Amino acid sequence: MKLQMSTRYALYAVMELSACPDHQVSAAEIAEKYSISSNHLAKVMRTLGRAGLVEAVRGMGGGYRLAVDAKRITLLDVIALFEPIGSKTAGTRDAGDTTAEGQALRRVLWEIEDLERATLESITLSTMLKLVRPVEAIQDPPADAPYRPSRAVVA
Amino acid sequence: METFGHKRVPPAAGGMAAMGSQPLVIRPATPADIEAVTRLDAEITTVFKSDYWRDLFDRYGEGQVGRHFLVATTGETLAGFIIGEVRAWEFGSPPCGWVFALTVDPTLRLHGVGTALFEAICDRFRGEGVTKVRTMVSKEGDARTLMLFFRSHGMMAGPFIELEKDLVP
Repeated sequence: MKLQMSTRYALYAVMELSACPDHQVSAAEIAEKYSISSNHLAKVMRTLGRAGLVEAVRGMGGGYRLAVDAKRITLLDVIALFEPIGSKTAGTRDAGDTTAEGQALRRVLWEIEDLERATLESITLSTMLKLVRPVEAIQDPPADAPYRPSRAVVA
Repeated sequence: METFGHKRVPPAAGGMAAMGSQPLVIRPATPADIEAVTRLDAEITTVFKSDYWRDLFDRYGEGQVGRHFLVATTGETLAGFIIGEVRAWEFGSPPCGWVFALTVDPTLRLHGVGTALFEAICDRFRGEGVTKVRTMVSKEGDARTLMLFFRSHGMMAGPFIELEKDLVP
């Protein structure tokens, strides 16, 4: 699953605000930490504000703060503001969908999307903060891992 | 603090009002708890299955090595329960702890009861030499609360995927 840029920015922003519930964090600080465009982040913050997830604090030391309980907001709540989840098989019809093969393919894709949704809606911002560990070298999965054919062993 | 083998756990902040002044006690279930366990489960699942819970107590109750049926009580009131066991070599997996039941009285949730139960059973699993704990949670309906709970305790997807098939067309 690859998230759109705005979605990632939004997740970074709400995680940053969740980590600092007692004070405001400016968009510039968030942009600097994650090396992201402050203009783009400003638009993202407006969307989060309209959804009631963050609120802007004006004046000296102003910035943003989380307007909701970090234990009550899931990753899905944030992601759904910026991109559809599970839209690949819901509501749309692609060529071949009405064939038996197309329906079999949709069932498999639905299974993947269902798991994706269940995962995203089970992790709150508070839980995410617990997953944040000191930065370590990110190890990508082996390039061939998703494509390696496997042979089922049938007893 | 251990008292007669029962772990006394201070309720989380805010929990005293709902639970009164009685401390939360985590201890192995006894035959006298089964009726309250059955009632609490029925309150949540709407299915009264006393034979099932009695049978579970027979298999997981007091004194069973590697098997744990723990209850959380405040005074005489059952606040919740958890059941689990150490399973070895199931699907080729080295021994690990399995939690297969966790229920907390809905009026006492968010007060640390589930956490105290989960930590207590994890302590027992560690004492039995296992280093991993697993569970299985429904993606549907009210079980989402349970999923959120286990996630908040750092549980992530494991190496297995559950599969099923309709046996009746």
